[in-house]
Amino acid sequence: MKHTLAVLVENRYGVLSRVAGLFARRGYNIDSLAVGVTEDPTISRMTIVVRGDDLVLEQVTKQLNKLIDVIRVTDLGSEDTVERELALIKVNADVNNRSEIMQIADIFRAKIIDVASKSMVIEVTGDENKIKAIEQLLKPFGIKEMVRTGKIALRRGSKSV
Amino acid sequence: MTEQTEKMTGARALIECLYREGVDTIFGYPGGQVLPIYDALYDSKIRHVLVRHEQSAAHAADGYARATGKVGVCLATSGPGATNLVTGIATAYMDSIPIVALTGQVPLSMIGNDAFQEANITGITLPITKHNYLLQDANDIPRIMKEAFHIASTGRPGPVLIDIPKDLTTELIDFYYPEKVKLRSYNPTYEGNIQQIKKAAEEISKSYKPVIYAGGGVISSNASEYLRALAEKVQVPVTTTLTAMGAFPVDHPLFIGMLGMHGTKYANYAIQESDLVIAVGARFDDRVTGKIKSFAANAKIIHIDVDPAEISKNVRVDIPIVGNAKKVLEDLLKYVEKAPTEEWLKRIAHWKKSYPLHYIDGSGSIKPQYIIEQIHDACKDAIIVTEVGQHQMWAAQYFKFSEPRTFISSGGLGTMGFGFPASLGVKMGKPDRVVFDISGDGSFQMSSQELATAVQENIPVIIAIFNNGYLGMVRQWQELFFDKRYSYTCIRDSVDFVKLAEAYGALGLRVKQPSEVRPAIEQAIASGRPTLIDFWIECEENVSPMVPAGAAINEILDLERKK
Repeated sequence: MKHTLAVLVENRYGVLSRVAGLFARRGYNIDSLAVGVTEDPTISRMTIVVRGDDLVLEQVTKQLNKLIDVIRVTDLGSEDTVERELALIKVNADVNNRSEIMQIADIFRAKIIDVASKSMVIEVTGDENKIKAIEQLLKPFGIKEMVRTGKIALRRGSKSV
Repeated sequence: MTEQTEKMTGARALIECLYREGVDTIFGYPGGQVLPIYDALYDSKIRHVLVRHEQSAAHAADGYARATGKVGVCLATSGPGATNLVTGIATAYMDSIPIVALTGQVPLSMIGNDAFQEANITGITLPITKHNYLLQDANDIPRIMKEAFHIASTGRPGPVLIDIPKDLTTELIDFYYPEKVKLRSYNPTYEGNIQQIKKAAEEISKSYKPVIYAGGGVISSNASEYLRALAEKVQVPVTTTLTAMGAFPVDHPLFIGMLGMHGTKYANYAIQESDLVIAVGARFDDRVTGKIKSFAANAKIIHIDVDPAEISKNVRVDIPIVGNAKKVLEDLLKYVEKAPTEEWLKRIAHWKKSYPLHYIDGSGSIKPQYIIEQIHDACKDAIIVTEVGQHQMWAAQYFKFSEPRTFISSGGLGTMGFGFPASLGVKMGKPDRVVFDISGDGSFQMSSQELATAVQENIPVIIAIFNNGYLGMVRQWQELFFDKRYSYTCIRDSVDFVKLAEAYGALGLRVKQPSEVRPAIEQAIASGRPTLIDFWIECEENVSPMVPAGAAINEILDLERKK
């Protein structure tokens, strides 16, 4: 089972390796990890997607909390959160199929952010399924490169973590 | 109001911080990148004990901390000096011992360039420290030193390392030592939740077959007194882990000895038949639980621990209480009543009588258990430090400990070579006590160079080598599980330990007859010098009883060797 954790940490050098090291040595699997500074410049927020049952999740949460630089760990339940991921996809495109690809991008409300004679770069945001779907549709044209940010998530409503 | 600041170098600031933290003794070894720190030490009031290998500095700081309850401090240079600390730091980490390790580092501008004697020690020690720091600014020295001592000694204690680039130690700073630590992300829970405590008290008071399973947390939180009060009020038997030996008096009628792999039969039987296990400051280590699924299978489990991550890590817990063992036991005492345990105590008394710890004496060879008994008889309040192996188990089984912080041993990591340097730290912290390092001929050779430290610094510890010519514990496993194929475990005649001791200027004694055991012990105690006693013990004596790895703890075998 997948869980999305919001982890507030001191915005300090070395924190990422502490968190990553913890996952590695305790044998937990990270599906994705996204990190960036928050509205408070002294705090960074990590969004970590981790796989495991409730016991694993409990241990991950407790072990994360033990790290001195970790301020708070919240398990974001899936119902009341908004989750997004951004992907940039470079796909083979020439005169013959450019419009077809643009149509696909349109359906997914993705943006074309670079066009060259033999390729296009598409920017798409959404949840994991949406990104997977557009990836599938673009595959037949030939994906040259793809990069994803990893999931980020916020609670809906005024409540924060 | 701000304290007046004073200009000083980073190196002097470090020493000043040690003063402010009440440190009187540190253990270390100099080198290039810590030259300015050693220069500041030269005319300071802090006693620096020069060890002969940095690993010993960490073990000595650890021993000092275990014996005194204060934070132990060690100091090493960059690169190999720092990496040599690693085993000592890992040992302290596994047993939750508060030490602060200071390491030199190449100047900030050279970090990452593979400079001479550069090692990424904060990276290396990430998984074996409670926290670590790479200093980036000399002005941070006071704050970080304050934080390091705070983090090491509070909550679940543990080692903290500070890596100090050389250029920061020569820089001038305005010294100001903060009174308080401000760490928004670190607030250990001390007080147990009162509802949980009441719930636990209710369970305890109505239990018929309860057992207290006490661990090292009882020692580190100084909770022994409350543990005893609880046991007596409820009338519940107490078993302890290896690291908690001494937390409960061995001769107390409610004491049932150590549990687990080499525990007493009656402790293991009691746990397995109990209806309630009260775990205090213990972590359900595999050497304790044996086959985890069958551990105390019919019991409810109350788990008191300062570290929330220990709760339900290895076993399911019915009533968790996160908090400091001393505080929780103190609160628990208010709510518990005497439990209906008369039948249970009778049953345990019967087991105790039927399955006592025992060994077969006679035939002229020296039995290791006999030596432990004689040491106890000669000096009941000795502090016993051990290495790792058979001798460690015999010491835990046969010495009648009566107070906490008198049994000092590497439990979690099981570090051979720990005992001797640790005993030096113990003796520095407790100079009025007789300190024995119970050792094996294998373990001792991992730190024997510290004889130089003991002699030169005049630290009169007594090393009792249980010399059987084998790496005995491994040999025991080979005997039992590998058809007596003693693969690379025979180390007979490797060295003349008496001559070795004499070469360093220590007193060396050899004991080959049971009748010489006691006189040698007395001579060593009376000598007031670092003394090594080479006891030639029965070579293939086994540690008994024993639970084979992976078996349930009531599947416990007698292994005494008849002559």
